[in-house]
Amino acid sequence: MSTATDTKRPAPSKGERVADWADGRLGIYSLAKSNMRKIFPDHWSFMLGEICLYSFIIIILTGVYLTLFFHPSMNEVVYHGSYVPMQGVQMSEAFASTLDISFDVRGGLLIRQIHHWAALIFVAAMLVHMMRVFFTGAFRKPREVNWIFGFLLLVLGMFTGFTGYSLPDDLLSGTGVRFMEGAILSVPIVGTYLSFFLFGGEFPGGDFVARFYSIHILLLPGIMMGLLVAHLILVFYHKHTQFAGPGKTNNNVVGMPLLPVYMAKAGGFFFLVFGVIAAIAAIASINPIWALGPYRPDHVSTGAQPDWYMGFSEGLIRAMPGWEINLWGHTLVLGVFIPLVIFPLVLATIAVYPFIESWVTGDKREHHILDRPRNVPTRTAFGVAWLTWYVILLIAGGNDMFAQYFHLSINNITWFARVGFFVGPVIAFIITKRICLGLQRRDRDKVLHGRETGIIKRLPHGEFVEVHEPLTQGQLHKLTAHEQYKPVEIGPTVDENGVERKVGRMEKLRAKLSKGYYAGDNQIPKPTVEEYKEIQSGHGHH
Amino acid sequence: MSSQDIPEEKHLPSEQGDAHHGGVTVADDPFADPGLPVHKPRIQDIDERAAKRSERTVAMLFTLSMLATIGFIASYVTFPVDKIVYIFPIGKVSALNFALGLTLGTALFCIGAGAVHWARTLMSDVEVADERHEIAAPPELKAKVMQDFADGAQESGIARRPLIRNTMLGALSMLPLSALMIMRDLGPLPEKKLRKTVWSRGKLLINDNTNEPLRPEDVLVGSLTFARPEGLEEDQHDFQTQIAKAALMIVRIKPEDIKDKQELEWSHEGIVAYSKICTHVGCPISLYEQQTHHVLCPCHQSTFDLSDGARVIFGPAGHALPQLRIGVNGEGFLEALGDFDEPVGPAFWERG
Amino acid sequence: MKKLSARRRHPLAAVVVLLLALAATGGLYAAFAPAGKAQADETAQSLAIEEGKKLYAVGCASCHGTGGQGSTDGPSLVGVGSAAVDFQVSTGRMPAQQPGVQVPKKPVIYDQAQIDQLAAYIASLGAGPAVPTEKQYDPAGANIARGGELFRNNCAQCHNFTGEGGALTNGKYAPNLEGVEPKHIYEAMLTGPQNMPSFPDSTMPTKEKKDIIAYLQHVNGDKSTSPGGLKLGGLGPVSEGLFGWIFGLGALIAVAVWVAAHTAKAKKS
Repeated sequence: MSTATDTKRPAPSKGERVADWADGRLGIYSLAKSNMRKIFPDHWSFMLGEICLYSFIIIILTGVYLTLFFHPSMNEVVYHGSYVPMQGVQMSEAFASTLDISFDVRGGLLIRQIHHWAALIFVAAMLVHMMRVFFTGAFRKPREVNWIFGFLLLVLGMFTGFTGYSLPDDLLSGTGVRFMEGAILSVPIVGTYLSFFLFGGEFPGGDFVARFYSIHILLLPGIMMGLLVAHLILVFYHKHTQFAGPGKTNNNVVGMPLLPVYMAKAGGFFFLVFGVIAAIAAIASINPIWALGPYRPDHVSTGAQPDWYMGFSEGLIRAMPGWEINLWGHTLVLGVFIPLVIFPLVLATIAVYPFIESWVTGDKREHHILDRPRNVPTRTAFGVAWLTWYVILLIAGGNDMFAQYFHLSINNITWFARVGFFVGPVIAFIITKRICLGLQRRDRDKVLHGRETGIIKRLPHGEFVEVHEPLTQGQLHKLTAHEQYKPVEIGPTVDENGVERKVGRMEKLRAKLSKGYYAGDNQIPKPTVEEYKEIQSGHGHH
Repeated sequence: MSSQDIPEEKHLPSEQGDAHHGGVTVADDPFADPGLPVHKPRIQDIDERAAKRSERTVAMLFTLSMLATIGFIASYVTFPVDKIVYIFPIGKVSALNFALGLTLGTALFCIGAGAVHWARTLMSDVEVADERHEIAAPPELKAKVMQDFADGAQESGIARRPLIRNTMLGALSMLPLSALMIMRDLGPLPEKKLRKTVWSRGKLLINDNTNEPLRPEDVLVGSLTFARPEGLEEDQHDFQTQIAKAALMIVRIKPEDIKDKQELEWSHEGIVAYSKICTHVGCPISLYEQQTHHVLCPCHQSTFDLSDGARVIFGPAGHALPQLRIGVNGEGFLEALGDFDEPVGPAFWERG
Repeated sequence: MKKLSARRRHPLAAVVVLLLALAATGGLYAAFAPAGKAQADETAQSLAIEEGKKLYAVGCASCHGTGGQGSTDGPSLVGVGSAAVDFQVSTGRMPAQQPGVQVPKKPVIYDQAQIDQLAAYIASLGAGPAVPTEKQYDPAGANIARGGELFRNNCAQCHNFTGEGGALTNGKYAPNLEGVEPKHIYEAMLTGPQNMPSFPDSTMPTKEKKDIIAYLQHVNGDKSTSPGGLKLGGLGPVSEGLFGWIFGLGALIAVAVWVAAHTAKAKKS
């Protein structure tokens, strides 16, 4: 076993022997070499993605538990379980088994509630995470592909949520499924066929719970899992972005190593997220299906809403006027079909933005330093406009709740949403851009004149001045580290030989957009070293 | 930085402008990057007692987690599944759910809090910089890959033998048709199914509340009643599918208040029977305001005027609610005089 | 006869007549007691109607017209019945403070006796549903599960799954049913106040109404429970979404700020 040379070294520990075994087969040492001490920068907003990751894991863990008790069947049964107000009521097995999970399985209610709360938080965290990436420009090269992966995860998350919400076959979710059926029916030419194939015939039929079940627990989460792994691999591969600051450049990443600090922080954060969600599930009820009752296509309750992440599509459909065109024996159900088309467009608008921006700037360099939103006013204004659009649709989606609790007229709220759909984003864009430019001016003043201390000094000749404290070099660097683009020029349309060059329509559009981004008043020139020195020396003369 | 800049991109900030990003400090540039600040120690780094305190806090959190797990097990064993307790200010809640959730939450949270506190106070907090390397491959590598690819393609002969290429593409593009084909039996074809309901001439209107046939004198002005067709029972296998089309909403309006002529003709002395299924996306529409005769859909707020042929007066629905023609049979019961003469529920392409 | 008439001025005659009269009254009473009571009640009833009419003239006539025939400000009350009056006045809705899309619930300003008098007066204008007796609306022993089904079919579309209320067109609303007395729920179903449709006994018999009241008390009364925790208004996904964003994601972001923050440095190194 041991040779003479080996005896000089202490015998390898048990752990080392296991690692050696694994390395001989998996090559873990070379993997660990580049990753074990990988550096992660510290910023709370960089942890939003972790909230998504962890809530997704929580959803999977609790979801597996729920499948042990849930019966994805629409067979009608008469309930004889322990919840009194449902005894003797006819319902589907799916609903009855959800009642059993809630009332007869010990801890079942808790797991159900953790699952549902985690789902709401998962999608919310994805949206916030996406907006963080958007406003800081973290989607720029080389991260465009990862932006798309993240976006797909958000969309798939929404649909996984929707199919899960439909499974218990309660009155609320059945109403949501009915809405989905109506929306599918509105598709020209193939709508009825799609609907009949999805539901196995006429609505509701006896198939959709089982079909949605396999989509909810297998198909969509499977795709999401693949995308998630790819998303994480790319995060590791690209290394994390960071904000500008002393020592932080586009060529490095400053932070603390994965082992041990981030192992403990990120690992600990998983338990923190799980703990918070478990506590929420202990104190707040979610989707109390026993209060909603089993689905019957001729029963309904007011306040029928989807979960929040589908709220904007609900808003679209509520705000839409009832247009319907009958021609040559066919019906074009625009009142439903237009919202159905706008729904993906709302999402796509934010998804394609990075590509539009990179086309306008023509910037092909890698970017690892994050933008402060104020330094990119047009992008920030666009993002806020999109969010305004989204929120107006959310309000329209909850118009009955707002009418009831703020004593307003449902019709007025709907009209507000109809107008706001077009006007709101424009106003938000203009206001946000102004605010960004104002903040840029303030940064400029801060760099040139220092920080306002609030100390008032009286000069010998009686004048009062406020004492400005000069910034440290680190602070100066932070406020001036951003780049400023110049607008694209179309350039001469006639070359030196007098041959006219064709200027394409796209090129003109690009020049126009670029002007809107960077020309004149659309960004405040950052202070130059000369300006700074001149003013500083001026101060000296005082 | 990438070197593949296109010459015309003059609007990009010059490389010169941010030369100091690279750490080349121009001596008199006040905006230059001063480099990573010197690490300052924490109390725990210099005071062993503080470090001990942190250690104890972490251990205490982990211990608390263990206790919470014991609490979880104890709650699971102790509380009956149906026990309700009053917890201020939450209300009357399930004791088991509350206890399990809080103990589980505490057990998890304390592990996390302990680990994070450990990392924050006891592990090194020296910030280190890791160099980045450009992702795009250097030109030599790219050239090598391109050459390898060209060699491979050349060796396969795919360009030289278009017959193979074309038939292969043909085979691959046809294959998914099988997958599409076997989806056919997901459901039957629509045919005329959406046009028909179980209503037919002579079927009595059965009151949903009492399961008894309705008589005209039962239905008072201002009242709201829901009815289903005679013979449709809840335990029938296709009940849900049939009621989704056949559900009926019955109100009585003074004949002189009915503005639509056909509505009056199809009513029985002002008793009108409308489909309960919204023509927008199919919610059971039944928020009847008896003074205005408006009926509102709770899902998307389509509003119909029942005194005027149920035309749409607000919201996203595209057409009026279908009316069922009713009369009274020889025994004095309300009966249908046929099926709806248009499809009920949401509109669709073939509706016409 | 002569003898009798001759002695009619006898000092004891009055006593005899009195005794006879008493005996006759007692006998008659014994024989015709119920009828006699009815007669007495009729008097009380007409008294109540009189009193009610006076109350009506002061509190109601300005909108509903002096004879209850209605005006532009208020509907006719002929034929609405005493149940409608009892509901409207004893929930404080009537008399209305001001015209509007809907008259809200307010503190009651009449006592029960006055309300009964008003109800009697309105009932006298035309036949209509009468105030229900406790036997009619007492939900004890009713079928809660059946009540739930009836509630979801007939009531939930306006009042929500568990009676939390909901919005109607142009600012009108279906009120929250929490803590509403069984009697008033019964009366509301019977008479259809304001824009609510009625559910008369002919289409929804007393037994069904009781089932509904029993269900409502079970899910939205003093004894109702919320096993999962905070009810969040019982409104469904909108309030759940708000809670998830504010307290769920809010708490997690607060935790993230703590995790990512740098530890305080020692003041002096």
